[in-house]
Amino acid sequence: MSGKPRLTYLNGRGRMEPIRWLLGAAGVEFEETFLETREEYEKLIKGGSLLFQQVPLVEIDGMKMVQTRAILSYIAGKYNLYGKDLKERALIDMYVEGITDLMQMIMMFPFSPPEEKEKNFNSIKEKATNRYFPVFEKVLKQHGQDFLVGNKCSWADVQLIEAILAVEEKIPAVLLGFPQLQAFKIRMSNMPTIKKFLQPGSPRKPPPDDHYVETVLKIFKN
Amino acid sequence: MAGKPKLHYTKGRGRMESIRWLLAAAGVEFEEEFIEKKEDLEKLWSDGSLLFQQVPMVEIDGMKMVQTRAILSYIAGKYNLYGKDLKERAWIDMYVEGTTDLMGMIMHLALHSGDTKEKHLALIIERATNRYFPVYEKALKDHGHDYLVGNKLSWADIHLLEAILMAEECKPGILSAFPLLQAFKGRISNVPTIKKFLQPGSQRKPPPDDKYIANVRKIFNF
Repeated sequence: MSGKPRLTYLNGRGRMEPIRWLLGAAGVEFEETFLETREEYEKLIKGGSLLFQQVPLVEIDGMKMVQTRAILSYIAGKYNLYGKDLKERALIDMYVEGITDLMQMIMMFPFSPPEEKEKNFNSIKEKATNRYFPVFEKVLKQHGQDFLVGNKCSWADVQLIEAILAVEEKIPAVLLGFPQLQAFKIRMSNMPTIKKFLQPGSPRKPPPDDHYVETVLKIFKN
Repeated sequence: MAGKPKLHYTKGRGRMESIRWLLAAAGVEFEEEFIEKKEDLEKLWSDGSLLFQQVPMVEIDGMKMVQTRAILSYIAGKYNLYGKDLKERAWIDMYVEGTTDLMGMIMHLALHSGDTKEKHLALIIERATNRYFPVYEKALKDHGHDYLVGNKLSWADIHLLEAILMAEECKPGILSAFPLLQAFKGRISNVPTIKKFLQPGSQRKPPPDDKYIANVRKIFNF
């Protein structure tokens, strides 16, 4: 049961991407199994591997872990990306939860009906610019440190750089009013493990395209 | 900043109820400040008290904590309801994410009406009976202990009891196929702090009625 963690999901970002990012940032090599058909998914369910019949599934340290947040918390804890005490963990959790709400909007966007796409796009832009990015800009400005919590790279920083890049894919100039975040983005992108993860050929997945959306609808139709 | 935690939310269950449950189970007395009209929320915004402009917000240990999961994780960690090590925490997290998904469905039920409400209710009952409850029934059966993780009361047990009671409000007798969960329900309900919380006059909130929902819609604009 030892060896590299194995990730089971579709061949795309979805709910697994933050997990790929966190393992990538922690410098942990992992393997992936991609679900391509409904039959494969049903087989996985029948086999009893999925606690709540859902993916993501990450086989790690003898456990078949499900539920994205549980998996991310475990990885963060294991690889010292979760702060030094309960209070730092509380801050990291708060920041991560906020970023997750923003990322959820981005994740769901390709599945919005055509008539709602413009509204949802504007909502992402508005929330990123008025609700989420200002919080992190202020945090970095106030303590003047390189990382969000405890002067050390944590899960919150990895989640934030992922979110910044995801929003920029939709709104290239989104960081215009956020000089701290611009500097943060460069710093984080240059961390060796993250730099490697951002290079072509890494496990990082591309933005969702029509084929991916189709596959999701096909496999998870319910 | 010492003193009792102070909870800021509307006077109903919503996203704050799991926090009330956990504090109560931990034997922690807390105060509540209720948002009764839009002006109350606006005051919290203008005070800068809400990191992402949202409630729940809990003032605890000098922090103004937001994001339900972050708050619950902090309380669980602080009051030794989060297992003894990383792996126990992983199991607690997985179980809690499952009950969160189930209770999330039930929370949304109140926002539906008519036909969609009936359909949604049917889905809740289906998921509770086929996806969620079997997992916890099996966990208890496999190890034969009184509690879900580590033979000790944890956040997972408290959350499961809350979910069971909410599901029973949807369909009395929903536990009929789950003898171990029935026994679990009896046992955990009799934990002194929880027994107290289940008595009339406690800070436990009733299920949402139409009046509450109408007010919530008005305050939060949806």
